[in-house]
Amino acid sequence: MFTIVLLVLVAGVIFFGISAYNRLISLKNQVANAWKQIDVQLKRRHDLIPNLIETVKGAMSFERQTLEAVVEARSTAIAASTSGSVAATAQAETQLTGALSRLLAVVEAYPDLKATGNVAQLQEELTATENKISFSRQLYNDTATQYNTAQQTFPTMLFAGMAGASPATLWEITDESERAVPKVDLSFGSPTG
Amino acid sequence: MTTGGNLFAQQEANRKASRRLIAGFILFIAWLGFGGDLVWYLATRDAVNAYGQSATHVVPWVGMILTAIAAAMAWGGYRFGPVALLKATGAREIETPENDLEQRLVNVVEEMAIASGAPRPGIWIVPDEHPNAFATGIKVHQSYVAVTEGLLEQLTREELQAVVAHEMGHIVNLDVRLMTLLTALVGAVAILHQGGFRMFLYGGGGRRSRSSSDRGGGAGPLVVILLVLWVASWIIAPLVTRFMVMKVGRSREYLADAMSAQFTRNPGALASALTKLGTSPIKPTAIPKSSAALCISDPYHSKWDEREGRMANLMATHPPLRERVNRLEQMAYLRSGESLPPHPAATAAQG
Repeated sequence: MFTIVLLVLVAGVIFFGISAYNRLISLKNQVANAWKQIDVQLKRRHDLIPNLIETVKGAMSFERQTLEAVVEARSTAIAASTSGSVAATAQAETQLTGALSRLLAVVEAYPDLKATGNVAQLQEELTATENKISFSRQLYNDTATQYNTAQQTFPTMLFAGMAGASPATLWEITDESERAVPKVDLSFGSPTG
Repeated sequence: MTTGGNLFAQQEANRKASRRLIAGFILFIAWLGFGGDLVWYLATRDAVNAYGQSATHVVPWVGMILTAIAAAMAWGGYRFGPVALLKATGAREIETPENDLEQRLVNVVEEMAIASGAPRPGIWIVPDEHPNAFATGIKVHQSYVAVTEGLLEQLTREELQAVVAHEMGHIVNLDVRLMTLLTALVGAVAILHQGGFRMFLYGGGGRRSRSSSDRGGGAGPLVVILLVLWVASWIIAPLVTRFMVMKVGRSREYLADAMSAQFTRNPGALASALTKLGTSPIKPTAIPKSSAALCISDPYHSKWDEREGRMANLMATHPPLRERVNRLEQMAYLRSGESLPPHPAATAAQG
Protein backbone atom coordinates (compact mmCIF):
# COMPACT_ATOMS: atom_id res chain seq x y z
CA MET A 1 0.00 0.00 0.00
CA PHE A 2 2.77 2.39 1.00
CA THR A 3 4.73 1.72 -2.18
CA ILE A 4 1.65 2.36 -4.32
CA VAL A 5 1.06 5.73 -2.64
CA LEU A 6 4.72 6.57 -3.09
CA LEU A 7 4.65 5.60 -6.76
CA VAL A 8 1.54 7.69 -7.40
CA LEU A 9 3.17 10.66 -5.69
CA VAL A 10 6.39 10.30 -7.69
CA ALA A 11 4.43 9.95 -10.92
CA GLY A 12 2.45 13.08 -10.01
CA VAL A 13 5.60 15.10 -9.34
CA ILE A 14 7.19 13.95 -12.60
CA PHE A 15 4.06 14.80 -14.57
CA PHE A 16 3.93 18.23 -12.93
CA GLY A 17 7.59 18.83 -13.70
CA ILE A 18 7.20 17.90 -17.35
CA SER A 19 4.22 20.19 -17.85
CA ALA A 20 5.96 23.10 -16.06
CA TYR A 21 9.09 22.60 -18.15
CA ASN A 22 7.09 22.43 -21.38
CA ARG A 23 5.12 25.52 -20.48
CA LEU A 24 8.34 27.48 -19.97
CA ILE A 25 9.83 26.30 -23.26
CA SER A 26 6.61 27.06 -25.12
CA LEU A 27 6.50 30.58 -23.65
CA LYS A 28 10.16 31.12 -24.47
CA ASN A 29 9.51 30.29 -28.12
CA GLN A 30 6.40 32.44 -28.18
CA VAL A 31 8.44 35.39 -26.87
CA ALA A 32 11.09 34.87 -29.56
CA ASN A 33 8.39 34.64 -32.20
CA ALA A 34 6.61 37.77 -30.96
CA TRP A 35 9.90 39.64 -31.08
CA LYS A 36 10.46 38.59 -34.71
CA GLN A 37 6.91 39.67 -35.50
CA ILE A 38 7.87 43.27 -34.63
CA ASP A 39 10.68 43.07 -37.21
CA VAL A 40 8.26 41.73 -39.80
CA GLN A 41 5.94 44.69 -39.27
CA LEU A 42 8.79 47.22 -39.34
CA LYS A 43 10.02 45.72 -42.61
CA ARG A 44 6.51 45.97 -44.00
CA ARG A 45 6.47 49.67 -43.20
CA HIS A 46 9.81 50.19 -44.96
CA ASP A 47 8.42 48.49 -48.07
CA LEU A 48 5.26 50.57 -47.99
CA ILE A 49 6.87 54.00 -47.88
CA PRO A 50 8.08 54.29 -51.52
CA ASN A 51 4.52 53.64 -52.78
CA LEU A 52 3.14 56.09 -50.32
CA ILE A 53 5.51 58.86 -51.36
CA GLU A 54 4.62 58.15 -54.99
CA THR A 55 0.92 58.69 -54.24
CA VAL A 56 1.28 62.11 -52.65
CA LYS A 57 4.37 63.44 -54.47
CA GLY A 58 2.52 65.08 -57.37
CA ALA A 59 -0.02 66.96 -55.31
CA MET A 60 2.39 68.24 -52.69
CA SER A 61 5.62 68.93 -54.52
CA PHE A 62 6.04 72.09 -52.46
CA GLU A 63 6.10 70.10 -49.21
CA ARG A 64 9.50 68.77 -50.17
CA GLN A 65 10.85 68.92 -46.62
CA THR A 66 8.21 66.67 -45.11
CA LEU A 67 8.60 64.10 -47.85
CA GLU A 68 12.37 64.16 -47.66
CA ALA A 69 12.26 63.70 -43.89
CA VAL A 70 10.22 60.51 -44.39
CA VAL A 71 12.57 59.17 -47.07
CA GLU A 72 15.59 59.95 -44.96
CA ALA A 73 14.12 58.42 -41.79
CA ARG A 74 13.28 55.32 -43.79
CA SER A 75 16.84 54.81 -45.05
CA THR A 76 18.25 55.42 -41.58
CA ALA A 77 15.84 52.82 -40.20
CA ILE A 78 16.82 50.27 -42.86
CA ALA A 79 20.50 50.89 -42.16
CA ALA A 80 19.91 50.50 -38.45
CA SER A 81 17.99 47.24 -38.89
CA THR A 82 20.79 45.73 -40.99
CA SER A 83 23.35 46.79 -38.37
CA GLY A 84 21.47 44.65 -35.88
CA SER A 85 21.69 47.08 -32.98
CA VAL A 86 18.42 47.05 -31.06
CA ALA A 87 18.91 50.50 -29.54
CA ALA A 88 19.77 52.10 -32.89
CA THR A 89 16.80 50.37 -34.57
CA ALA A 90 14.41 51.52 -31.88
CA GLN A 91 15.59 55.10 -32.22
CA ALA A 92 15.49 55.14 -36.03
CA GLU A 93 12.00 53.62 -36.07
CA THR A 94 10.78 56.21 -33.61
CA GLN A 95 12.12 58.90 -35.95
CA LEU A 96 10.27 57.29 -38.83
CA THR A 97 7.03 57.17 -36.85
CA GLY A 98 7.40 60.88 -36.15
CA ALA A 99 8.12 61.73 -39.80
CA LEU A 100 5.11 59.72 -40.96
CA SER A 101 2.74 61.33 -38.52
CA ARG A 102 3.92 64.77 -39.65
CA LEU A 103 3.28 63.73 -43.23
CA LEU A 104 -0.21 62.59 -42.34
CA ALA A 105 -0.90 65.91 -40.61
CA VAL A 106 0.26 67.82 -43.68
CA VAL A 107 -1.76 65.63 -46.04
CA GLU A 108 -4.92 66.26 -44.06
CA ALA A 109 -4.38 69.99 -44.47
CA TYR A 110 -4.40 69.81 -48.28
CA PRO A 111 -7.83 70.30 -49.80
CA ASP A 112 -6.47 69.28 -53.23
CA LEU A 113 -5.36 65.93 -51.93
CA LYS A 114 -8.54 65.45 -50.00
CA ALA A 115 -10.57 66.04 -53.13
CA THR A 116 -8.84 63.26 -55.05
CA GLY A 117 -10.14 60.77 -52.51
CA ASN A 118 -6.75 59.23 -52.04
CA VAL A 119 -6.38 60.75 -48.62
CA ALA A 120 -8.87 58.42 -46.99
CA GLN A 121 -7.04 55.43 -48.41
CA LEU A 122 -3.69 56.85 -47.47
CA GLN A 123 -4.88 57.57 -43.96
CA GLU A 124 -6.28 54.07 -43.64
CA GLU A 125 -3.04 52.54 -44.88
CA LEU A 126 -0.90 54.62 -42.52
CA THR A 127 -3.18 53.92 -39.55
CA ALA A 128 -3.10 50.19 -40.27
CA THR A 129 0.68 50.19 -40.62
CA GLU A 130 1.25 52.03 -37.37
CA ASN A 131 -1.35 49.87 -35.61
CA LYS A 132 0.29 46.66 -36.80
CA ILE A 133 3.61 47.79 -35.39
CA SER A 134 2.18 48.78 -32.06
CA PHE A 135 0.04 45.62 -31.80
CA SER A 136 3.05 43.45 -32.52
CA ARG A 137 4.89 45.26 -29.71
CA GLN A 138 1.90 44.78 -27.44
CA LEU A 139 1.84 41.05 -28.19
CA TYR A 140 5.55 40.89 -27.45
CA ASN A 141 5.07 42.64 -24.12
CA ASP A 142 2.07 40.49 -23.16
CA THR A 143 3.91 37.28 -24.01
CA ALA A 144 7.12 38.42 -22.31
CA THR A 145 5.15 39.30 -19.18
CA GLN A 146 3.56 35.82 -19.13
CA TYR A 147 7.01 34.29 -19.57
CA ASN A 148 8.52 36.40 -16.78
CA THR A 149 5.61 35.67 -14.45
CA ALA A 150 6.00 31.95 -15.08
CA GLN A 151 9.69 32.20 -14.18
CA GLN A 152 8.93 33.98 -10.92
CA THR A 153 5.95 32.02 -9.65
CA PHE A 154 5.69 28.65 -7.98
CA PRO A 155 5.88 25.88 -9.19
CA THR A 156 7.17 26.79 -12.67
CA MET A 157 10.03 28.78 -11.07
CA LEU A 158 11.61 25.52 -9.92
CA PHE A 159 12.18 24.51 -13.53
CA ALA A 160 13.34 27.90 -14.86
CA GLY A 161 16.99 26.91 -14.59
CA MET A 162 16.46 23.58 -16.32
CA ALA A 163 14.55 25.24 -19.18
CA GLY A 164 17.31 27.83 -19.57
CA ALA A 165 14.81 30.63 -18.96
CA SER A 166 15.93 34.16 -18.27
CA PRO A 167 13.74 37.25 -17.85
CA ALA A 168 12.73 38.87 -21.16
CA THR A 169 13.07 42.63 -21.44
CA LEU A 170 9.88 44.49 -22.20
CA TRP A 171 9.78 46.85 -25.13
CA GLU A 172 9.47 50.43 -23.99
CA ILE A 173 9.46 53.91 -25.39
CA THR A 174 13.04 55.04 -26.04
CA ASP A 175 12.24 58.55 -27.15
CA GLU A 176 11.29 60.79 -24.25
CA SER A 177 9.37 63.16 -26.51
CA GLU A 178 6.99 60.36 -27.41
CA ARG A 179 6.31 59.77 -23.75
CA ALA A 180 5.70 63.44 -23.15
CA VAL A 181 2.64 63.54 -25.42
CA PRO A 182 0.69 60.44 -24.52
CA LYS A 183 -2.18 59.61 -26.85
CA VAL A 184 -4.42 58.28 -24.13
CA ASP A 185 -8.09 58.32 -24.87
CA LEU A 186 -10.28 56.65 -22.30
CA SER A 187 -13.48 58.36 -23.36
CA PHE A 188 -16.27 56.21 -24.75
CA GLY A 189 -17.34 56.31 -28.37
CA SER A 190 -14.21 58.15 -29.37
CA PRO A 191 -13.91 59.07 -33.04
CA THR A 192 -12.04 56.93 -35.53
CA GLY A 193 -8.34 56.90 -34.84
CA MET B 1 -21.92 36.84 -10.89
CA THR B 2 -19.96 39.94 -9.92
CA THR B 3 -16.72 39.81 -11.76
CA GLY B 4 -14.85 43.00 -11.19
CA GLY B 5 -11.37 44.22 -11.76
CA ASN B 6 -9.05 44.81 -14.65
CA LEU B 7 -9.12 42.79 -17.84
CA PHE B 8 -6.61 40.16 -16.77
CA ALA B 9 -8.42 39.60 -13.47
CA GLN B 10 -11.69 39.28 -15.40
CA GLN B 11 -10.15 36.85 -17.89
CA GLU B 12 -8.88 34.70 -15.04
CA ALA B 13 -12.26 34.74 -13.26
CA ASN B 14 -14.09 33.90 -16.49
CA ARG B 15 -11.77 31.02 -17.27
CA LYS B 16 -12.30 29.59 -13.79
CA ALA B 17 -16.08 29.92 -13.98
CA SER B 18 -16.05 28.36 -17.43
CA ARG B 19 -13.92 25.42 -16.31
CA ARG B 20 -16.23 24.76 -13.37
CA LEU B 21 -19.30 24.85 -15.61
CA ILE B 22 -17.78 22.51 -18.16
CA ALA B 23 -16.64 20.10 -15.44
CA GLY B 24 -20.16 20.10 -13.98
CA PHE B 25 -21.65 19.50 -17.40
CA ILE B 26 -19.34 16.58 -18.17
CA LEU B 27 -20.04 15.06 -14.73
CA PHE B 28 -23.80 15.31 -15.29
CA ILE B 29 -23.51 13.62 -18.69
CA ALA B 30 -21.29 10.91 -17.20
CA TRP B 31 -23.92 10.30 -14.51
CA LEU B 32 -26.63 10.00 -17.17
CA GLY B 33 -24.56 7.47 -19.10
CA PHE B 34 -22.09 5.51 -17.05
CA GLY B 35 -23.84 6.37 -13.76
CA GLY B 36 -26.89 4.53 -15.05
CA ASP B 37 -24.77 1.53 -15.94
CA LEU B 38 -23.39 1.50 -12.42
CA VAL B 39 -26.87 1.60 -10.90
CA TRP B 40 -27.99 -1.13 -13.26
CA TYR B 41 -24.96 -3.22 -12.29
CA LEU B 42 -25.71 -2.76 -8.58
CA ALA B 43 -29.36 -3.66 -9.12
CA THR B 44 -28.58 -6.83 -11.07
CA ARG B 45 -25.55 -7.98 -9.13
CA ASP B 46 -27.15 -11.24 -8.02
CA ALA B 47 -29.62 -11.54 -10.88
CA VAL B 48 -30.04 -14.71 -12.90
CA ASN B 49 -32.21 -15.15 -15.98
CA ALA B 50 -34.73 -17.85 -16.79
CA TYR B 51 -31.96 -20.27 -17.83
CA GLY B 52 -30.04 -19.91 -14.58
CA GLN B 53 -27.25 -17.83 -16.10
CA SER B 54 -25.98 -14.67 -14.48
CA ALA B 55 -27.88 -11.61 -15.74
CA THR B 56 -25.59 -9.04 -14.19
CA HIS B 57 -25.25 -5.85 -16.23
CA VAL B 58 -21.52 -5.81 -16.90
CA VAL B 59 -20.94 -3.98 -20.18
CA PRO B 60 -21.81 -0.26 -19.73
CA TRP B 61 -24.11 -0.01 -22.77
CA VAL B 62 -25.89 3.17 -21.76
CA GLY B 63 -22.69 5.15 -21.35
CA MET B 64 -21.18 3.68 -24.49
CA ILE B 65 -24.22 4.42 -26.64
CA LEU B 66 -24.43 7.98 -25.28
CA THR B 67 -20.72 8.52 -25.99
CA ALA B 68 -21.00 7.03 -29.48
CA ILE B 69 -23.96 9.22 -30.49
CA ALA B 70 -22.26 12.32 -29.09
CA ALA B 71 -19.00 11.46 -30.88
CA ALA B 72 -20.80 11.01 -34.18
CA MET B 73 -22.64 14.31 -33.79
CA ALA B 74 -19.47 16.14 -32.73
CA TRP B 75 -17.64 14.72 -35.72
CA GLY B 76 -20.37 15.97 -38.02
CA GLY B 77 -20.25 19.38 -36.37
CA TYR B 78 -16.47 19.60 -36.64
CA ARG B 79 -16.45 18.43 -40.23
CA PHE B 80 -19.35 20.38 -41.71
CA GLY B 81 -20.39 23.01 -39.14
CA PRO B 82 -18.23 26.05 -40.02
CA VAL B 83 -18.69 25.88 -43.79
CA ALA B 84 -22.39 25.06 -43.47
CA LEU B 85 -22.90 28.13 -41.32
CA LEU B 86 -21.09 30.45 -43.75
CA LYS B 87 -23.13 28.97 -46.63
CA ALA B 88 -26.39 29.32 -44.70
CA THR B 89 -25.83 33.06 -44.29
CA GLY B 90 -24.98 33.50 -47.97
CA ALA B 91 -21.65 35.04 -47.01
CA ARG B 92 -18.89 35.73 -49.55
CA GLU B 93 -15.18 35.69 -48.85
CA ILE B 94 -13.06 38.79 -49.37
CA GLU B 95 -10.12 37.76 -51.51
CA THR B 96 -9.08 41.21 -52.67
CA PRO B 97 -10.86 44.14 -51.07
CA GLU B 98 -13.06 46.00 -53.55
CA ASN B 99 -13.83 49.21 -51.71
CA ASP B 100 -12.56 51.32 -48.83
CA LEU B 101 -14.79 49.65 -46.26
CA GLU B 102 -13.59 46.19 -47.23
CA GLN B 103 -9.99 47.37 -47.20
CA ARG B 104 -10.52 48.74 -43.72
CA LEU B 105 -12.01 45.43 -42.57
CA VAL B 106 -9.06 43.48 -43.98
CA ASN B 107 -6.60 45.84 -42.27
CA VAL B 108 -8.45 45.60 -38.96
CA VAL B 109 -8.55 41.80 -39.09
CA GLU B 110 -4.83 41.71 -39.87
CA GLU B 111 -4.14 44.05 -36.95
CA MET B 112 -6.15 41.93 -34.55
CA ALA B 113 -4.56 38.72 -35.80
CA ILE B 114 -1.20 40.28 -34.94
CA ALA B 115 -2.45 41.43 -31.53
CA SER B 116 -3.76 37.94 -30.70
CA GLY B 117 -0.72 36.14 -32.10
CA ALA B 118 -2.93 33.96 -34.31
CA PRO B 119 -2.74 33.50 -38.07
CA ARG B 120 -5.07 35.70 -40.10
CA PRO B 121 -8.53 34.08 -40.32
CA GLY B 122 -10.57 33.99 -43.50
CA ILE B 123 -12.68 37.14 -43.86
CA TRP B 124 -16.31 36.82 -44.94
CA ILE B 125 -19.03 39.36 -45.50
CA VAL B 126 -22.67 38.54 -44.83
CA PRO B 127 -25.13 40.41 -47.05
CA ASP B 128 -27.28 41.76 -44.25
CA GLU B 129 -27.99 45.34 -43.20
CA HIS B 130 -28.32 44.24 -39.57
CA PRO B 131 -25.00 44.96 -37.79
CA ASN B 132 -23.48 41.80 -36.36
CA ALA B 133 -20.46 39.51 -36.52
CA PHE B 134 -19.48 35.95 -35.71
CA ALA B 135 -16.46 33.69 -35.81
CA THR B 136 -16.39 30.04 -36.76
CA GLY B 137 -13.84 27.30 -37.32
CA ILE B 138 -12.67 24.36 -35.27
CA LYS B 139 -8.93 25.05 -35.43
CA VAL B 140 -7.06 28.30 -34.80
CA HIS B 141 -5.29 28.12 -38.16
CA GLN B 142 -8.51 27.33 -40.00
CA SER B 143 -10.92 29.94 -38.77
CA TYR B 144 -13.27 32.47 -40.27
CA VAL B 145 -14.49 35.86 -39.16
CA ALA B 146 -17.76 36.99 -40.73
CA VAL B 147 -19.25 40.46 -40.41
CA THR B 148 -22.42 41.85 -41.93
CA GLU B 149 -22.49 44.72 -44.39
CA GLY B 150 -24.48 46.71 -41.85
CA LEU B 151 -21.65 46.35 -39.34
CA LEU B 152 -19.11 47.73 -41.81
CA GLU B 153 -21.29 50.73 -42.54
CA GLN B 154 -22.39 51.59 -39.04
CA LEU B 155 -19.30 51.23 -36.87
CA THR B 156 -16.29 53.49 -36.54
CA ARG B 157 -12.85 52.01 -37.13
CA GLU B 158 -12.20 51.58 -33.41
CA GLU B 159 -15.56 49.91 -32.82
CA LEU B 160 -14.97 47.57 -35.76
CA GLN B 161 -11.57 46.75 -34.31
CA ALA B 162 -13.11 45.93 -30.94
CA VAL B 163 -15.73 43.65 -32.52
CA VAL B 164 -13.10 41.84 -34.62
CA ALA B 165 -10.94 41.50 -31.49
CA HIS B 166 -13.88 39.86 -29.69
CA GLU B 167 -14.13 37.34 -32.54
CA MET B 168 -10.35 36.75 -32.44
CA GLY B 169 -10.84 36.06 -28.73
CA HIS B 170 -13.34 33.30 -29.59
CA ILE B 171 -10.87 31.93 -32.13
CA VAL B 172 -7.84 31.73 -29.85
CA ASN B 173 -10.00 30.30 -27.03
CA LEU B 174 -11.33 27.61 -29.41
CA ASP B 175 -14.87 28.48 -28.37
CA VAL B 176 -16.50 27.16 -31.53
CA ARG B 177 -14.93 23.74 -30.93
CA LEU B 178 -16.07 23.78 -27.30
CA MET B 179 -19.62 24.81 -28.12
CA THR B 180 -19.88 22.27 -30.97
CA LEU B 181 -18.81 19.52 -28.60
CA LEU B 182 -21.22 20.58 -25.86
CA THR B 183 -24.06 20.93 -28.35
CA ALA B 184 -23.34 17.41 -29.60
CA LEU B 185 -23.62 16.12 -26.03
CA VAL B 186 -26.95 17.92 -25.62
CA GLY B 187 -28.12 16.37 -28.89
CA ALA B 188 -27.09 12.88 -27.80
CA VAL B 189 -28.96 13.31 -24.52
CA ALA B 190 -32.05 14.50 -26.40
CA ILE B 191 -31.96 11.51 -28.77
CA LEU B 192 -31.55 8.97 -25.95
CA HIS B 193 -34.24 10.75 -23.93
CA GLN B 194 -36.68 10.36 -26.85
CA GLY B 195 -35.70 6.75 -27.45
CA GLY B 196 -35.83 5.84 -23.77
CA PHE B 197 -39.23 7.46 -23.38
CA ARG B 198 -40.67 5.39 -26.25
CA MET B 199 -39.14 2.19 -24.90
CA PHE B 200 -40.65 2.90 -21.53
CA LEU B 201 -44.08 3.55 -23.07
CA TYR B 202 -44.30 0.59 -25.44
CA GLY B 203 -42.09 -2.17 -24.19
CA GLY B 204 -40.65 -1.21 -20.84
CA GLY B 205 -43.49 -2.22 -18.55
CA GLY B 206 -43.60 -5.88 -19.46
CA ARG B 207 -39.88 -6.38 -19.43
CA ARG B 208 -39.48 -4.63 -16.14
CA SER B 209 -41.91 -6.97 -14.34
CA ARG B 210 -40.17 -10.03 -15.70
CA SER B 211 -36.77 -8.87 -14.61
CA SER B 212 -37.99 -8.08 -11.13
CA SER B 213 -39.28 -11.59 -10.75
CA ASP B 214 -35.91 -12.92 -11.92
CA ARG B 215 -34.04 -10.93 -9.40
CA GLY B 216 -32.46 -13.07 -6.76
CA GLY B 217 -31.82 -11.14 -3.59
CA GLY B 218 -33.62 -7.88 -4.44
CA ALA B 219 -31.94 -4.51 -4.47
CA GLY B 220 -31.08 -2.61 -1.34
CA PRO B 221 -32.71 0.73 -0.53
CA LEU B 222 -29.61 2.64 -1.66
CA VAL B 223 -29.84 1.13 -5.12
CA VAL B 224 -33.51 2.01 -5.32
CA ILE B 225 -32.76 5.62 -4.35
CA LEU B 226 -29.98 5.79 -6.94
CA LEU B 227 -32.29 4.34 -9.57
CA VAL B 228 -35.01 6.88 -8.81
CA LEU B 229 -32.44 9.67 -8.92
CA TRP B 230 -31.13 8.45 -12.24
CA VAL B 231 -34.57 8.21 -13.83
CA ALA B 232 -35.42 11.67 -12.47
CA SER B 233 -32.16 13.01 -13.94
CA TRP B 234 -33.10 11.63 -17.34
CA ILE B 235 -36.54 13.23 -17.18
CA ILE B 236 -35.08 16.68 -16.67
CA ALA B 237 -31.89 16.04 -18.69
CA PRO B 238 -32.81 17.64 -22.05
CA LEU B 239 -33.74 20.94 -20.41
CA VAL B 240 -30.93 20.96 -17.87
CA THR B 241 -28.21 20.20 -20.42
CA ARG B 242 -29.48 22.92 -22.74
CA PHE B 243 -29.46 25.46 -19.90
CA MET B 244 -25.95 24.43 -18.93
CA VAL B 245 -24.66 24.87 -22.46
CA MET B 246 -26.26 28.31 -22.68
CA LYS B 247 -24.60 29.25 -19.44
CA VAL B 248 -21.23 28.13 -20.78
CA GLY B 249 -21.91 30.16 -23.92
CA ARG B 250 -22.61 33.29 -21.88
CA SER B 251 -19.43 32.84 -19.87
CA ARG B 252 -17.47 32.50 -23.13
CA GLU B 253 -19.02 35.77 -24.35
CA TYR B 254 -17.75 37.58 -21.25
CA LEU B 255 -14.34 36.00 -21.77
CA ALA B 256 -14.24 37.08 -25.43
CA ASP B 257 -15.14 40.62 -24.33
CA ALA B 258 -12.16 40.58 -21.96
CA MET B 259 -9.95 39.18 -24.73
CA SER B 260 -11.06 42.04 -26.98
CA ALA B 261 -10.04 44.49 -24.27
CA GLN B 262 -6.64 42.83 -24.08
CA PHE B 263 -6.08 42.94 -27.85
CA THR B 264 -7.23 46.51 -28.43
CA ARG B 265 -6.55 47.97 -24.96
CA ASN B 266 -9.66 49.95 -25.71
CA PRO B 267 -12.61 48.37 -23.85
CA GLY B 268 -14.61 51.57 -24.30
CA ALA B 269 -14.78 50.95 -28.06
CA LEU B 270 -16.33 47.51 -27.53
CA ALA B 271 -18.83 48.96 -25.05
CA SER B 272 -19.96 51.52 -27.58
CA ALA B 273 -20.06 48.94 -30.41
CA LEU B 274 -22.16 46.56 -28.28
CA THR B 275 -24.54 49.35 -27.44
CA LYS B 276 -24.94 50.19 -31.15
CA LEU B 277 -25.50 46.52 -32.05
CA GLY B 278 -27.82 45.83 -29.17
CA THR B 279 -30.04 48.80 -29.88
CA SER B 280 -30.05 48.58 -33.68
CA PRO B 281 -33.60 48.72 -35.07
CA ILE B 282 -32.62 46.84 -38.26
CA LYS B 283 -33.82 43.23 -38.27
CA PRO B 284 -31.53 40.48 -39.54
CA THR B 285 -32.40 38.85 -42.86
CA ALA B 286 -29.47 36.53 -43.58
CA ILE B 287 -28.49 35.18 -40.18
CA PRO B 288 -30.47 32.02 -39.34
CA LYS B 289 -32.12 31.90 -35.95
CA SER B 290 -30.27 28.70 -35.07
CA SER B 291 -26.91 30.45 -35.20
CA ALA B 292 -27.97 33.48 -33.16
CA ALA B 293 -25.91 32.21 -30.24
CA LEU B 294 -22.71 32.50 -32.28
CA CYS B 295 -23.12 36.21 -32.97
CA ILE B 296 -21.43 38.87 -30.86
CA SER B 297 -24.82 40.34 -30.00
CA ASP B 298 -28.13 38.48 -30.18
CA PRO B 299 -29.53 39.44 -33.60
CA TYR B 300 -33.09 38.55 -32.61
CA HIS B 301 -33.04 40.56 -29.41
CA SER B 302 -34.42 37.63 -27.49
CA LYS B 303 -36.54 39.09 -24.75
CA TRP B 304 -34.48 37.19 -22.21
CA ASP B 305 -31.24 38.88 -23.14
CA GLU B 306 -32.09 42.17 -21.52
CA ARG B 307 -33.73 40.80 -18.46
CA GLU B 308 -31.99 40.14 -15.26
CA GLY B 309 -32.90 37.57 -12.67
CA ARG B 310 -33.31 33.82 -12.45
CA MET B 311 -35.30 33.05 -15.59
CA ALA B 312 -33.14 35.26 -17.78
CA ASN B 313 -30.06 33.60 -16.33
CA LEU B 314 -31.40 30.32 -17.67
CA MET B 315 -32.87 31.30 -21.00
CA ALA B 316 -30.65 33.92 -22.61
CA THR B 317 -28.06 33.07 -25.25
CA HIS B 318 -26.16 36.27 -24.51
CA PRO B 319 -25.36 38.09 -21.28
CA PRO B 320 -27.36 41.27 -20.71
CA LEU B 321 -25.96 44.29 -22.54
CA ARG B 322 -25.93 46.34 -19.34
CA GLU B 323 -23.71 43.85 -17.55
CA ARG B 324 -21.35 43.50 -20.50
CA VAL B 325 -20.96 47.27 -20.77
CA ASN B 326 -20.56 47.51 -17.01
CA ARG B 327 -17.70 45.01 -17.02
CA LEU B 328 -16.02 46.74 -19.96
CA GLU B 329 -16.26 50.05 -18.13
CA GLN B 330 -14.50 48.45 -15.19
CA MET B 331 -11.73 47.32 -17.51
CA ALA B 332 -11.44 50.90 -18.76
CA TYR B 333 -11.18 52.03 -15.12
CA LEU B 334 -14.32 54.08 -15.59
CA ARG B 335 -16.13 52.24 -12.86
CA SER B 336 -14.53 51.00 -9.70
CA GLY B 337 -17.42 49.39 -7.84
CA GLU B 338 -18.11 45.72 -8.27
CA SER B 339 -21.86 45.89 -8.01
CA LEU B 340 -24.28 47.38 -10.44
CA PRO B 341 -26.75 49.96 -9.28
CA PRO B 342 -29.97 47.98 -8.94
CA HIS B 343 -32.12 47.77 -12.02
CA PRO B 344 -35.31 49.85 -11.65
CA ALA B 345 -37.51 46.85 -12.49
CA ALA B 346 -35.64 44.67 -10.02
CA THR B 347 -36.07 47.11 -7.16
CA ALA B 348 -39.74 47.46 -7.98
CA ALA B 349 -40.14 43.69 -7.84
CA GLN B 350 -38.29 43.47 -4.56
CA GLY B 351 -40.05 46.57 -3.21
